[in-house]
Amino acid sequence: MSRPPGRKQENYKISRELFVLTYGALVAQLCKDYEKDEDVNTCLDRMGYGIGVRLIDDFLAHSAVKKCRSYSETADMIAQVAFKMYLGVTPSVRCSSAAGNEFSLILDKNPLVDFVEELPAERASLCYCNLLCGVIRGALEMVHLAAEVTFLQDRLKGDAVTEIGITFLRKAEDRKHKRN
Amino acid sequence: MADEALFLLLHNEMVAGLYRAAEQGEGENGRCTTKLESMGFRVGQGLIERFTKDTARFKDELDIMKFICKDFWTTVFKKQIDNLRTNHQGIYVLQDNKFRLLTQMSAGKQYLEHAPKYLAFTCGLIRGGLSNLGIKSIVTAEVSSMPACKYFSMYSIT
Repeated sequence: MSRPPGRKQENYKISRELFVLTYGALVAQLCKDYEKDEDVNTCLDRMGYGIGVRLIDDFLAHSAVKKCRSYSETADMIAQVAFKMYLGVTPSVRCSSAAGNEFSLILDKNPLVDFVEELPAERASLCYCNLLCGVIRGALEMVHLAAEVTFLQDRLKGDAVTEIGITFLRKAEDRKHKRN
Repeated sequence: MADEALFLLLHNEMVAGLYRAAEQGEGENGRCTTKLESMGFRVGQGLIERFTKDTARFKDELDIMKFICKDFWTTVFKKQIDNLRTNHQGIYVLQDNKFRLLTQMSAGKQYLEHAPKYLAFTCGLIRGGLSNLGIKSIVTAEVSSMPACKYFSMYSIT
């Protein structure tokens, strides 16, 4: 039975849509369960953490990347390999501190909000994609990199782009020490 | 593709998160299952719309069930349903011998009492898909030995 050539790509798109739709249903359910936005954000972050600590194994198994030697390499790896592999987008990386431990990932296209038009008025401070922060934080922790990950800008709240800020918490001297 | 892991992990976290919240709160297991099922329903409705955008019209119920067993299941779980049975009076049994959401958990009777939690979402998924194809149904699931499971779909007879 011959199939149109685009079928495989369609199937791939639909698996991604499954994830996006499931995520949307999850956020909607959490909004019903919790009244305060902070509670929903915390819940999403915690779930993301749980996913991140497991996803890192899958990532390393599929990508077989070498060890990153610096924070900026790590940030590039997250943006160019991990995001591309799981979400199909490549955010751009910007280093936002002189010390070299603060980075931003700038997403101009966020697949998680494909089906979201806008946040409802009573949920103005909801971080819809907070799961992503938890995932990155969990994954980094499993490779022994403590980091704080938050949303700096969010398109759903009216900003121009979506920006995720990653702040690596260990000092540079610690890393040099470890290499011995 | 790598996407499979994402959905699997998200699903597991959802189940864990909901049950954890229920434990800390009023603690009613039944409600968690309903919540998961209704989430699956919403997702199933949306997914089946995107999926059947370009397919031909379905001839009858059996055609729809075959579509669910082959194309829909393959796209969502990367394999087909292994066995479809019906009594031609509105009851269909879909049997999956290696259900992807359960394979990582156990291969036998271990953790059998936890298995239903992980089937609720998929029951909703099937019910949502059928609902948007014009069929009102009730979908339940049964596990006798992991990772095989059976989904029972009962159509309202009109």
